[in-house]
Amino acid sequence: MEILWVLGFPLLGAALLAMVGAKRYAAEVNVAASLATLLAAAVLVLRIIRYGPMTAWNEEFFIDPLNVFLVALTALVGFTTAVFSRPYMRIEANQGRLTAGRLRLYHSMYQLFMAAMLLALTTNNMGFMWVAMEMATLSTVLLVSLYRTRGSIEAAWKYFILCGVGIALALFGTALLYTAAEDLLGAEGMGALLWTHLDAVKGQLEPRVMGLAFVFLLVGYGTKVGLAPLHNWLPDAHAEGPTPVSAVLSGLLLNVALYAVLRCKILTDGALHSSLPGHMLMGFGLLSTVLASFFLWRQRDIKRLFAYSSIEHMGIITFAFGMGGPIANFAGLLHMTMHSLTKSAIFFAAGHATQLSGTQRMDKIRGLLAIHPSVGWGLMLGGLAILGMPPFGVFTSEYLILTTAMRDHAWATPILLVALAVAFGAIFSRLQPMVYGDTDDKPLPHSPALVPVFIHLGIVLMMGVYIPPALAQWYRLAAQLIGG
Amino acid sequence: MPPLTITTQVVQMLAGALLLISFAMLAERRSRRLLILLVWQGVVLVTSTVLVATSAHLTHLYYSAGLTLLLKVCVLPFILFRLMRKLGIERDNEPLVNVPTLMLVGLCLVIFAFGLAQPVSALATTVLRKTLGIAIAVILLSFLMILARRKAFTQVIGFLSLENGLFFAATTTTYGMPMVVELGMALDLLVAVFIFGIFFFHIREQFDSLDLDQLESLKED
Repeated sequence: MEILWVLGFPLLGAALLAMVGAKRYAAEVNVAASLATLLAAAVLVLRIIRYGPMTAWNEEFFIDPLNVFLVALTALVGFTTAVFSRPYMRIEANQGRLTAGRLRLYHSMYQLFMAAMLLALTTNNMGFMWVAMEMATLSTVLLVSLYRTRGSIEAAWKYFILCGVGIALALFGTALLYTAAEDLLGAEGMGALLWTHLDAVKGQLEPRVMGLAFVFLLVGYGTKVGLAPLHNWLPDAHAEGPTPVSAVLSGLLLNVALYAVLRCKILTDGALHSSLPGHMLMGFGLLSTVLASFFLWRQRDIKRLFAYSSIEHMGIITFAFGMGGPIANFAGLLHMTMHSLTKSAIFFAAGHATQLSGTQRMDKIRGLLAIHPSVGWGLMLGGLAILGMPPFGVFTSEYLILTTAMRDHAWATPILLVALAVAFGAIFSRLQPMVYGDTDDKPLPHSPALVPVFIHLGIVLMMGVYIPPALAQWYRLAAQLIGG
Repeated sequence: MPPLTITTQVVQMLAGALLLISFAMLAERRSRRLLILLVWQGVVLVTSTVLVATSAHLTHLYYSAGLTLLLKVCVLPFILFRLMRKLGIERDNEPLVNVPTLMLVGLCLVIFAFGLAQPVSALATTVLRKTLGIAIAVILLSFLMILARRKAFTQVIGFLSLENGLFFAATTTTYGMPMVVELGMALDLLVAVFIFGIFFFHIREQFDSLDLDQLESLKED
């Protein structure tokens, strides 16, 4: 029942906003729909805490500690982004960058996108997971090109073709998975694609087929995670789309895609009895981290900079899950949460910063602290948090990942450390001149919604200083499910 | 090895035709003919699915063949034809360089595809399992087409041909995916083509042509 609400509210919101999305109160409707989704997700979390994992609707849906925490995170960031988007999009419309029709498209697709992600998270059917991931791409592709500039259309086309091709590979992987399972679970009905059924017989799945299936699934969903060398779409889509879309793409969609990879990894691990899937994740993760951190130096656009930083962090998380084991998985899940909250907070601040200076070029953004202190502080603190400065939660997870790497895969530690240092230098050196200094930019016509920024950073700070035991236990449970 | 039934032989021949069509698409320059080739690919796909359905007595495959017929032979080509006429690109000629090289790369891809299919087709239980190599080859050739072509319209044709290859792969290995999943996939595909259509107009409005060579501004400097 709770699942119905979690999926129903965003769908309802999408339908409603398709009609009234251009009206003055559309942004409020958007916030309300997101709040309803968040409340439904909270009820779902409470239920799982009380009664444990559950399935619903002929086992078509399946909730366990691993996905319920992502559902909660998605609903939370979805809500705060809606709050941020209210004044942000109003300012954009004021500046004449958007028409009423496009605002309607934006609001409606935003909710549809949330629904697609929540469906991908809660479904038990690997086929539906694929359909939902594709739906998530389709609903955001027109949002990336919302401004209809040359750059945004190019970015959206790239996003569409690359992710479309990537997701097609994942479909082939899913078909192979079905082949492997069919003999064991029977072709009749849908049983052979249900994750819980697959999980029960994973030890008997044909290893060679599963190995091949995993390669396709990893490359396919990995494209959406933004893993190198298939990351090309990500910086363009983040830089050219409206900022709220960048925030949810970076903070949520990448997580959901990684979640799909994890579900496949659990099955493949069981079938292969070897560490091959883990090693593949480690390889892709390390490559993405290193590549992204060096690309960070070449960026001039503030949103591109943080998009590359997303690739870097997704690489670190993928590497952590590749190592496997209770501590690395725990750190990976924690880092997923921390990155999601921090990165969306940064995009909120960066969005308002670009509105203040009228450009995304970092050499033109100056003196944020002078003109709008809370935007400046938000960007500065967010930047420090994402760089893994000690009091923030990102430090905790990165520290755990690094120490585990040192113990189990010592060769990888120097590579990771160099990448982190390079990223630190690149982001920190850009951040400082943007925040300090003088400027003659004018203040914003509407007061920005910066509460979400500080809520996110507050949670990240809290998790760095003190993780409540109940939450830690929760992460441990989820980490256990991933195994490895 | 038992002698092959007539149906199986015909299906295998159709699979061969699918591969040939993919190669033809790779070398075809005119948008209009490309689209016709895509329709033919759909027709072959539907025929082979129906034949498999009769030989294996599977009702759900008939439905999926019907869905393919409706979507890939009727609706999508119709939409694309109309788009082509509206955009006035029916007679567009796309300069193709290095067709021989492209063909050679394609040949290598086919060999690679059969190698890749080996372990799976050894295990699959369907009558079509020997043709999985062809399915993978069609998928890879479509990739090649998307990579090698620089027109938006051609890339979309490549994308749809990729989708056909995937459908064929699913039929050869497992007699197709569950019906509900196939419905979801069909819906996604339909929406995708609509969005492609919207994009054509946006691209042309901004760049005055559907040449993707102009979409090169977002690069790392």
